[in-house]
Amino acid sequence: MGLQPYLLLAACLFAIGLFGVLTRRNAIGILLGIELMLNAVNVNLVAFARYAADPAGLIFALFTISITVAEVALGLAIVILIFRVRRTVEADRLDLLKG
Amino acid sequence: MNDAGTLALAALGLPLCAFVLLAVVAPLRRAGKAAGALGIAAIGGALVAALVLWRSGQGVELAWSWLPAEGGPMATVGILVDPVAAVMLVLVALVSFLVQLYSLGYLEHETGPALGRYYAYHSLFAVSMIGLVLAGNFLQMFIFWELVGLCSYLLIGFWYDKPEAARAAVKAFWTTKVGDLGFIIGIVLLWGRAGTFTFSELFKMAGDGTLAPDGLGLVMFLIYLGAVGKSAQFPLHVWLPDAMEGPTPVSALIHAATMVAAGVYLVTRAYPLFLLTPDVLALIGWVGAFTALLAAVLGLVQADIKRVLAYSTVSQLGYMMAALGAGALGAGFFHLLTHGLFKALLFLGAGAVIHAVGTNDVWRMGRLGGAMPQTAIVFLVGTLALAGIWPLAGFFSKDAVLAGVWEGGLTVPFLMLALTVFLTAFYMFRVVFLVFFGAGRAEGHPHDPPVSMSLPLWTLAGLTVGVGGYFALRGGGQEGHGPGWIPWVSSALAVAGIVCAWVTYQKQAVSAETLARIFAPLYTAAQRKFWLDDFYGAVYRGGFLALSRLVGWVDRYLVDGLVNWASAWTLRVGDRLRRIQTGRAQDYLYGVAFGLLLVIVWSYWP
Repeated sequence: MGLQPYLLLAACLFAIGLFGVLTRRNAIGILLGIELMLNAVNVNLVAFARYAADPAGLIFALFTISITVAEVALGLAIVILIFRVRRTVEADRLDLLKG
Repeated sequence: MNDAGTLALAALGLPLCAFVLLAVVAPLRRAGKAAGALGIAAIGGALVAALVLWRSGQGVELAWSWLPAEGGPMATVGILVDPVAAVMLVLVALVSFLVQLYSLGYLEHETGPALGRYYAYHSLFAVSMIGLVLAGNFLQMFIFWELVGLCSYLLIGFWYDKPEAARAAVKAFWTTKVGDLGFIIGIVLLWGRAGTFTFSELFKMAGDGTLAPDGLGLVMFLIYLGAVGKSAQFPLHVWLPDAMEGPTPVSALIHAATMVAAGVYLVTRAYPLFLLTPDVLALIGWVGAFTALLAAVLGLVQADIKRVLAYSTVSQLGYMMAALGAGALGAGFFHLLTHGLFKALLFLGAGAVIHAVGTNDVWRMGRLGGAMPQTAIVFLVGTLALAGIWPLAGFFSKDAVLAGVWEGGLTVPFLMLALTVFLTAFYMFRVVFLVFFGAGRAEGHPHDPPVSMSLPLWTLAGLTVGVGGYFALRGGGQEGHGPGWIPWVSSALAVAGIVCAWVTYQKQAVSAETLARIFAPLYTAAQRKFWLDDFYGAVYRGGFLALSRLVGWVDRYLVDGLVNWASAWTLRVGDRLRRIQTGRAQDYLYGVAFGLLLVIVWSYWP
């Protein structure tokens, strides 16, 4: 099997993740979308590593997985904090990023 | 640097030190009397230096390079001491010293800070005037020329909370500026032709004919304009009578003896250049004579004692200019010196009267001769000198001027000046009779001034008599080579003027009203100052103000309008754009994704 199906899968995953990030109203849903996008990247990395017979891609993927775990932990902690302060995790209400 | 250079620099430096000290050390300035003592000490030192320099008879020219340029400096700063500068320096330092001394008594009721300010200005004036006299080139002279103008403005407006004084100060400043504009343009044009500002080099070029005479007339006329403004020649004489709003000692120093003579000094200084342009010299003569006559007529109708003296100053400056224009350089300068002495004396005497009576109006004075004998005597000495009575200083200088103008072939100006002799005697003795004798009665209890005021008066009176006596013993003035009948005619005219004044104002055989009725058109015209002030006012309002309104409209509605329109639109567009910043992370991500999409599409576009 060539490289192309993996890349298509990764592109689909990425698009689904982006769609989730942009459309989900729940902050946790947005975090899940981000996870999907990151995993699409991982799929790409592994596929290219296999294709080029270069283990560097695998190592990158391992790094990405561990960093993703940290990111999710941090993101969830922030979401919990926001919930405590504002009693909501609806993304539309979280408009504090104004200049 | 030799002795003369050191002395000249000392005369310049001492008042400068006094000014800097008074300007910087505020407690000293606020002390008032102490500030006065410092100013007087400094100018006294300068006077000693000037006297030593004058007696030594040494000349010196020092120059340091300034404004570096390729092929030598563009200009120099320096000192030029020649006989003319030395004697002028003595006059300036002497009158400044006496006036500063006099001011201590005259302004005794001023507060400390005001007095300190007064002496700071006076010291600055002394620096500027001495610098003007000693300047070795046109550029430096112009700088000091402007500085004396500034001091004049500051001192006329010394009582700046008085609206008339403030207005007079501004008027003096702007009117002289009209002339100064010509002066600077003239200097620059001259530089363009000769490539130097320095007097000695210019005179050398004028002497050996390397300065092209064609077109030089305009240049010299422009330089002469500076003198017209400063020396209050027609038609820019209107500021000097108004300048009398300043304290009387200021009028004596700046507006009688020194600063207004700067124009005459300028023409004297640049005389070798003026000699190349006979047309301009003739103009100087005619304008001078006309100014003398016009101002004398104006002086006849003034009720303010200082204004009479102011018009008299304008008139005498006209004499000096007429002499210079006729080619009698020595006579004009001689008259400048003697006039400086006796006109300062007259102003200081008038100041003593004003100080005692508390008014400037001659109609509210009278019979002060008994109450103020000292003042009356010195004032009479000054008046006789101004009228040109033998053997006082004014007699010799005035005859030298008349002889010079006659010799110069300017017959009509000579007749004007001769008529002015009569008018001068008349208007001055009108004042004398009204103030010191006459029928009127002054209010209060006038008395002679304190010694700090009477000492300068007696010194100046002594000098006026002494200089006259010196020439009487020597038998004639410096340029007494005119026709022999001139002294007799001028004396007869002066005596006639005195007699007429006596008949009119003392005996009252002819009432002043009758005279006014006989000369009704002239009287009305003189009362209205020949409509010159009205004319300038109309030109100012109708011309300059209208133009400024137009320019103001363009600025406000076209230039500013464009800027305002641009800023208003920026605000409006910014207000619209503000809405896209929602603060929601997802909206921003939309932006990022959309941008990414655009980049991808753009990079893959065929």
